[in-house]
Amino acid sequence: MTRREIDSTLSPGFYYFSGNEAVAEGAIAAGCRYYAGYPITPSSETMERISIRFKDVNGVFIQMEDEIASICSIIGAVWAGAKAMTATSGPGFTLMQEGIGYAAVTETPLVIVDIQRAGPGTGQATRVASGDLMQAKWGSHGDYQTIALSPWSVQEMYDQTIDAFNLAEKYRVPVCVMGEEAIGHLRERMEVKPTVEVFDRVKKQGAPPFGTNQDDGIPPMPAFGEGERLLVTGSTHNAFGIRKTDDPEVHANLVTRINNKILKHQESIIKTESYYLDDAEIIVAAYGFTARSSLFAVDRLRKEGKKVGLLRLKTIWPFADRIIHQIGSVTKKLFVPEMNRGQVRGEIMKYAACEVIPYNQTNGEIIHPHQIIKQVRNLL
Amino acid sequence: MGRDLEKYLRPEVKSTPFCPGCGHGILMNLILRAIDELQLRMDEMLFVSGIGCAAWIPSPNFNADTLHTLHGRAIAFATGAKVFNPKLKTMVISGDGDLASIGGNHLIHAARRNIDLTVICANNMIYGMTGGQVASTSPVGAITSTTTEGNIYRPFDLCKLVLGAGAPYVARYSVTQPLSLIEAIKKSLTIEGFAFVEVLSTCPTQFGRRNRYDLPADMLTMLKESCISKQEAEQLAPEELQGKIITGEFSYGEA
Repeated sequence: MTRREIDSTLSPGFYYFSGNEAVAEGAIAAGCRYYAGYPITPSSETMERISIRFKDVNGVFIQMEDEIASICSIIGAVWAGAKAMTATSGPGFTLMQEGIGYAAVTETPLVIVDIQRAGPGTGQATRVASGDLMQAKWGSHGDYQTIALSPWSVQEMYDQTIDAFNLAEKYRVPVCVMGEEAIGHLRERMEVKPTVEVFDRVKKQGAPPFGTNQDDGIPPMPAFGEGERLLVTGSTHNAFGIRKTDDPEVHANLVTRINNKILKHQESIIKTESYYLDDAEIIVAAYGFTARSSLFAVDRLRKEGKKVGLLRLKTIWPFADRIIHQIGSVTKKLFVPEMNRGQVRGEIMKYAACEVIPYNQTNGEIIHPHQIIKQVRNLL
Repeated sequence: MGRDLEKYLRPEVKSTPFCPGCGHGILMNLILRAIDELQLRMDEMLFVSGIGCAAWIPSPNFNADTLHTLHGRAIAFATGAKVFNPKLKTMVISGDGDLASIGGNHLIHAARRNIDLTVICANNMIYGMTGGQVASTSPVGAITSTTTEGNIYRPFDLCKLVLGAGAPYVARYSVTQPLSLIEAIKKSLTIEGFAFVEVLSTCPTQFGRRNRYDLPADMLTMLKESCISKQEAEQLAPEELQGKIITGEFSYGEA
């Protein structure tokens, strides 16, 4: 991949943005110049800001007829050479799943920001949840990998949107930023640095765009109109894109490679943050907005002298299995608060040898610090 | 297909993917003939298709950039590619089920937006690849694998639909009208904006054998007999128009 350091599109300094606005600015900073979307609460502010700000940067914005058209049109634009994204919420994310699977098997780099709301169904459109995490991993049929990030602040809505574009370009994979309503609508101060680190897809004329002998498993990616006479198909295909719909070996190789190219690099993809872990008897494992409440709670409990720590997952997929395994072998208890029925707790239980205590809330409200403090106190 | 058109095919393509008697081979030939007559450069073209038999006309056969997409979504993919890079001469080739049923919403919205695309809809009036199920374009009474006693619903008039959505160029011809079809495809590639050509094609494997067209040629004969020009249609009484398919170029208010 090629790495560049470019000037930020906004003047460096501090801004007071909502999370959804920060996503739009992060995308523009990362070089996103195509956006297709469909209105949905609680994510529409990203599309609204893009529709205005793209005029400043010569981007192409189109409001499509539905979320299916949105994801499909960004895939088309990416193959025409764009960095592209869409933002949505649960019902729209569901509609996009077939397209996400198509992007995975055609190794199309793109970014989807899912501002999660209370589901299932139409649920509570203006209320918070983090119920789409499994959908980010398993939503489309077949075996594939996506990368899913979990921001906890407006700053991270900006930073992780940039990270998402860079990861997409590095690994030629769809990347989901799994925001939550509470972050999308939160307004707080964030900083824009003078420069941004940007990665671009590799181009190599004549090289097969769907196969490589390189260990990393990531082929170069040309664009339409470059004379490569590309064959892009969602059907099983060989290294040059020729359909091979009944060849067992080609199918096995393709599926193995698109999975391994992510799993092999999980050490460099996965990001976590640790607070007070060294002597902790109970570790809170949290992500997204709940990690914010958790940090507040853990800080408070530490002031009381309680041996409590926090592990924050900034990356949900690929899952931080080795880190969880390691932590689970040194601490006594892992406490996992989530705004769903235990989507990440199940993953943690696969890898942690210690006791795993769930705390699940699906009432459309954030989990407040005092709730976590009360629960953890009872466990000590 | 004329040997002179083989230069537009990928060298590794050795045979047609279509059943014996399928009309899509004729259409493939006519599209390439139109491209040849216009002297378009394949390096500047992008062919987008969905899922189904007609989606295999360009992919992998045409020696150009080809994007073989999800079922029904070809126009949405093409919209993204075209509006991001307007230099790509973009043609969508797909079937009636793909473009008009599962993809009907994208069809009307691309026409409404007047995206500069050429859309060729190969209409064989049935779902061929999946085994001959009824389509939104099957005639009333058609026997299919899901209407064994005959289709009870009216078919779409695709040209009226797309015209109503605002497309500046709409035409309908049958594969039995090759010269008119070449001219229509050429026009659809030349005009600015959304151009739609409905091509009546034949599916002897799935439609013909269930509907008493015993030979592939019988289906072509049926198309020849039922396709009439707009001018001919004007001379006929409404009852004489029963079962006829009006072909030609259409503008708003006359289709």
